[in-house]
Amino acid sequence: MNREWIAAALSCAMMLPFGAFAAGDDDDNERSPRRAPMPAIYIEECGGCHVPYPASGLPAVSWDALMAGLDRHFGSDASLAPQDAGTIRRWLRTNAGRGTANRAEPLRITRAAWFVREHDEIPVATWRSPAVKSAANCAACHRGAERGAFSEHDVRIPRASPPRPAAGPTR
Amino acid sequence: MRILWWSIALCLPFAAQAQSIVQLQAGYAKQAAREDPSFKAFSAARGQRFFLSKHGNEWSCASCHTSDPTRSGKHDVTGRAILPMAPTVNPKRFADAAKTEKWFRRNCRDVVDRECSAQEKGDVLAWLGSLRAGGVR
Repeated sequence: MNREWIAAALSCAMMLPFGAFAAGDDDDNERSPRRAPMPAIYIEECGGCHVPYPASGLPAVSWDALMAGLDRHFGSDASLAPQDAGTIRRWLRTNAGRGTANRAEPLRITRAAWFVREHDEIPVATWRSPAVKSAANCAACHRGAERGAFSEHDVRIPRASPPRPAAGPTR
Repeated sequence: MRILWWSIALCLPFAAQAQSIVQLQAGYAKQAAREDPSFKAFSAARGQRFFLSKHGNEWSCASCHTSDPTRSGKHDVTGRAILPMAPTVNPKRFADAAKTEKWFRRNCRDVVDRECSAQEKGDVLAWLGSLRAGGVR
C-alpha cells in the first residue's frame, strides 16, 4: 500500500515540469500578438465599442497617432478624459508590437501586415456575411477575443450566407 | 440597533442608484431652464422621436441602440454588443452621472454633429426611463 502511494507521488512529481511547461506555453502561435493583461480602464473605454484589441497588434507610433485623434476615431467620437487617456496610452506604448511585422505603421489593426497574413485564407464572402460584417468584429470568429485570446484552436468561422438562388423559370 | 444601521448602510447604494435618473433629470431641467427660458418640462414622446430620427448624419441613436432600448443593441460598425439602455432592464444605465455625460458628448457628436442640449438629453432620459421590460409598443 505504502509503495503504491510512493509510486503515485513520484509520478505526480515527475509530471510537474510538463504541467508547468504546458501552462507556460502560450497557445497563440508565434506570429500572433502576445497577450498583456489589460487595464480595467482600457477594457471599459476601448472595449465599449470594439473588442479590446491586444496592444501588440500595432507599433507604438500607430498607437500614438490613434490616441492623438480620438475625437475623430474612424468616424466616431471616442474622446477620453485626459487622465484616462494617459493611462491607456502608457499601457499601449509599453505593450506595443515590436516585431518586423509591425514595421509598417497603419492605424487600423486590420491593415497591419501580420493581420492580413494571418487572415489571408478567409474568403471575402465570410468577411461580408451578416455575422461578421467587419474585420473589427474579432469575436465573430475568435471565441476568446473578449479575454484577449486569439488562438487558432478557438476559432469558429460562421458560415457565409449562401448565394441568392437564381430566379426560377416563370410560370 | 446595530442591525438597523447595517441594513441602512447596505441599502444606501441601491437607494442612490434608484435616485440617479431622477437626479440627472433634475440637473438637466435646471440647465434647460437656463438655456431656454420658455422650457417647461421634458417629454418622453419628444425623446422617442429624437432617439429614432436621423439628424443629418448617417446614424440615429437607434442605429446602434435599436428602436427598442429594452433590448441589446449592436455597434453599427464593429458589431460589438451594447447592453439595453432602459434602466428598468439594465439598472447600471444612468447610475453614474459622469459616465452618462461622457457618452452623451461622444454619441451626440456622432449623431447630431454637436453636443446635445439639456432639453434633448432630458427628453431622451424621460423616454428611456418610461420604458418597461417587454419592449416598446
